[in-house]
Amino acid sequence: MSFNARSAWSIYKRELMRFLRTAFQSVLSPVLTTSLYFIVFGAAIGGRMPDLGGVNYAAFIIPGLLMLTLLGETTSNSSFGIYMPRFTGTIYELLSAPVGVAETLVGFVGAAATKSLILAAIILTTAMLFVDYTIAHPFLALLYIMLVASAFSLFGFILGIWADNFEKLGIIPMLILTPLTFLGGTFYSIDMLPSPWDKIALANPIVYLVNGLRWTFYGQSDVSIGVSLGLTLGFLAICVAIIAYIFRTGWRLRA
Amino acid sequence: MTAILEISGLTKRYASGLVALDDVDLTINRGEIFALLGPNGAGKTTLIGAVCGLVRPTAGTMRAFGHDMATDWRKARARIGLVPQELATDMFEPVERAVAYSRGLFGLPPDGAHIEQVLRSLSLWEKRKDRIMTLSGGMKRRVLIAKALAHEPDLLFLDEPTAGVDVELRRDMWRLIGQMRERGVTIILTTHYIEEAEEMADRVGIIRKGRILMVDDKAAMMKRLGRTEAVITLAQPLAELPAALAALTVSLENGGTSICYRGGDGTGKGKAEVAELTKALVRAGIDYTGIDIHDSTLEDIFVDLVEQREAENAA
Repeated sequence: MSFNARSAWSIYKRELMRFLRTAFQSVLSPVLTTSLYFIVFGAAIGGRMPDLGGVNYAAFIIPGLLMLTLLGETTSNSSFGIYMPRFTGTIYELLSAPVGVAETLVGFVGAAATKSLILAAIILTTAMLFVDYTIAHPFLALLYIMLVASAFSLFGFILGIWADNFEKLGIIPMLILTPLTFLGGTFYSIDMLPSPWDKIALANPIVYLVNGLRWTFYGQSDVSIGVSLGLTLGFLAICVAIIAYIFRTGWRLRA
Repeated sequence: MTAILEISGLTKRYASGLVALDDVDLTINRGEIFALLGPNGAGKTTLIGAVCGLVRPTAGTMRAFGHDMATDWRKARARIGLVPQELATDMFEPVERAVAYSRGLFGLPPDGAHIEQVLRSLSLWEKRKDRIMTLSGGMKRRVLIAKALAHEPDLLFLDEPTAGVDVELRRDMWRLIGQMRERGVTIILTTHYIEEAEEMADRVGIIRKGRILMVDDKAAMMKRLGRTEAVITLAQPLAELPAALAALTVSLENGGTSICYRGGDGTGKGKAEVAELTKALVRAGIDYTGIDIHDSTLEDIFVDLVEQREAENAA
């Protein structure tokens, strides 16, 4: 299988330029949202909450807030990145170029993942303004953020190919991802839930993502880090397989 | 002549059952301008899409520059450029960056000199920093051509290149296409404007309902199917044709007030016979007040051919 690095780099660079065109909105929005969460949940409510597992409540919610933004923004960026060329017809250029699935994914998904890493850095910096925290396993945290960003960039890419209108493009992030993230232990430990909700919560895959990241931050979480990693890798593998199928069959890409 | 694109048995059947391409065989030679003519929905854009990778063929084979496009598509596509019918491009991008992106997408290293040459040849150099959305429709179409030329293709597809542009710009576009051919680019264009094919094409293909009806040199097609029609208005009506005109393909029409000639071959034979006809009329002492002469155009041939096939199918 051949790989043309220049083609991939061209797609990657252009997608990042698209991000920079709306940099003000792209940066300001997560800063504002994160600040509001910290003001409401960290200062106003968090001040009345006990420490969770020895972690200050405001610090406890940082991984969840990061995951909340990461999942939403990564999925949206990636899905929008491939949906817009389909919508405007500019996809013809990509399809008629000597570009395969590998270059396309490195370009689109790589750019979406990069944007997510930039957002993660912004959110973590913003969090520092509100709460003192230290990351127990910074290297693992970075790796885990990259892994989640890559997986959900791939997921967004699939959404962008599946969607045939703007409503469908927004429906999964808004109606599925965001509620699941809120219910996935962003603002609480599932140990705090009454039975049987603590068991039911384990059926929510986002629980494992939030807790995986929380483990890299504070060395503790509601579920095993191994399970979190395994599920994330499995999700990434499923997304890769689906995209390979899409390119092999041309589903929704080629007439 | 060297064939650079060979299409054999190309068929595209959609899930709905619509057959957009039906067993198409076509060979394109290096350096030629080939015009593909056909009514709306004939399969022109589908054919281009199949070659360029936008449409998945149901059956058939395609070879470009000796490469099988099913297995060796990277090498083949690297040498093919496409200017789509729709003005589809990222409207927020500045012209120069959009063209440079196209070159990179095809895996070529940046080449500012080439991009400048392309932009200058398309009168876009002064607009290179402008966002595409700020350009006129004609200039946007030039940007699409610049993008297609950015990777120095040997074969260029132009899908309705002058659709919706004014006459002046259309002439400008023809000049550009001529320049591209001079640089050695083989061009396949689809068009509704038969005048366009007549002006520029070396060979013409006529497609209808997914089937290629005819492919021929433009001149040969004109010679084979072209006709001259002349209507001579008589000063006095005639009851019957004089015997002196019997050798010519003429008829008495409009109640004997005009003589109509239909014949020739589209290469001047008809005009010569009309000249003979007028001399014969003078010799026979028949006066006339006007001559209306008309050579059939490629459009006439195209319409006749398509109508003839429709009549055959209806029968």
